[in-house]
Amino acid sequence: MGRYLKLLWIQLRSSMLLALQYRWDFLVDGAISLFSAVAAVAPLYVVFHNRDSIAGWTAPEALLVSGWFILLDAIIDGAISPSLNSVVDHIRQGTLDFVLLKPADAQFLVSTARFQPWKLTNGIGALAVFIYSFRQMGRTPELLGAFTSVGLLGISTVLLYSLWILTVSAAFYVVKMDNLSYLFTSIFDAARWPATVFKGVVRVIFTFVIPLALMTTYPAQALLGRLEGTTVLFSLVGTAAFAAFARVVWLRSIAKYTSASG
Amino acid sequence: MSLRTTARALPTMAKIGFAEAVAYRAEMLVWMLSTTMPLVMLSLWSAVAKDAPVGRFGQAEFTTYYLLMFIVRQLTGAWAAWQMNHEVRTGALSQRLLRPISPIASYAMENLAALPLRSMVAVPMAAIALFVVGPSTLAPGKFWALVPLALAGGWTITFLFNIAIGALSLYTESSLKIMEIYFTLFAVFSGYLIPVELFPGWLHGAVEWLPFRFQVGLPVELVTNAHSWDEALRLVGIQWAWVVAMAVGTGLLWKNGLKRYAAYGG
Repeated sequence: MGRYLKLLWIQLRSSMLLALQYRWDFLVDGAISLFSAVAAVAPLYVVFHNRDSIAGWTAPEALLVSGWFILLDAIIDGAISPSLNSVVDHIRQGTLDFVLLKPADAQFLVSTARFQPWKLTNGIGALAVFIYSFRQMGRTPELLGAFTSVGLLGISTVLLYSLWILTVSAAFYVVKMDNLSYLFTSIFDAARWPATVFKGVVRVIFTFVIPLALMTTYPAQALLGRLEGTTVLFSLVGTAAFAAFARVVWLRSIAKYTSASG
Repeated sequence: MSLRTTARALPTMAKIGFAEAVAYRAEMLVWMLSTTMPLVMLSLWSAVAKDAPVGRFGQAEFTTYYLLMFIVRQLTGAWAAWQMNHEVRTGALSQRLLRPISPIASYAMENLAALPLRSMVAVPMAAIALFVVGPSTLAPGKFWALVPLALAGGWTITFLFNIAIGALSLYTESSLKIMEIYFTLFAVFSGYLIPVELFPGWLHGAVEWLPFRFQVGLPVELVTNAHSWDEALRLVGIQWAWVVAMAVGTGLLWKNGLKRYAAYGG
């Protein structure tokens, strides 16, 4: 365990050094994230321009969901996708061999290979959205709810990471996949809306198959003091099962890896 | 690189492109899954329009709009920007440059040749659904005559955007970040996520002056009674003005960028 903590520290430090080398990225990423935060809210603006509330969500309440969306997007861009994108490259070029040769768990190594600390500045945008929407509602978040939502943030990070591992595992079977991350983000895009707005099949998919509801809707509901304890419990159990499933799929996929050209 | 050699090579390039699309069919499936956003938006707007219509959009109108949007997106797809970024970074662009045909023509053929396969799955599926919804929400026949023109224009604008962004990778090492920005703008302003006529005042004004709406929005608007005949003609005219303007701009960007190409890697 101690060895892995030390490894994590080493990997983090090298990413930090790399990030310091590309200091201008801080400005570029900052500008891009500000822009995408505004763009994330634009569709919401259009929808609520036509209606006061949708499926029980008022505009500021739905904005809260968007805030969580922006925050999770920052976590994906900063901590999850850079590493896992490089796995896809490794698989394609056959350089994954070098990772597999190292005397540590391969999933750990590839998942911590790269971080982009500048991306985490998006979190500030999310905070601004939270503050704005609570001011609009003229209230403060429930204290217990705030704690729950932070816990849910942890859960959804694990969930997102597991989803990413599953997506990357697909790259072992279908090698040419420049746009895996594109697929991931375009599906995750739906998380900017409160999940209860959707109906029928789409809703079932977003609650159970790709649990977007858990990632953005539940934390927002927790802040509003509307989330039931049992839901949190189910989320916890479900996420644990999901993570275990992703681990099994990863192990099976990597067993299939036959190395490419070189 | 005369026009005649290019024309002679086109059928072969189309064949190669088609064969590639068949070989990488799994990738195609992934791409199709990533274009299901209109169906998600349909689910959302259906909930909104359940009690009362939004503008002139009831549930039936929304269903027609988003199913058509799904089809049009399949038919106007281009992804040359990703190819170009990859080829510039790895130096694979050199091979393309050695051929006696403009790389832009070869990208165009590769992208176009995959369309039959892409639409083979999507179009029948959506067409059946459209038939179930009923033809009452569709525009009269003469508007359909404009559709091929609008689709061709829409594809060309999308393709030129791809080439322009791909050419930017010749100036910076990678233009994938710009691609992200482009896609965000596209999603909001093209009618892909939300029909542009539902935009409130000033946002609607912005749409009028941007090219995105002409990529996928216009073909769908034409057949869903969004415009009068005169307005439709005017919009198709503006669309093709964009095609010409973008072709000139992209050509310059590509020509100047190529001078900076260093063919790293290899």
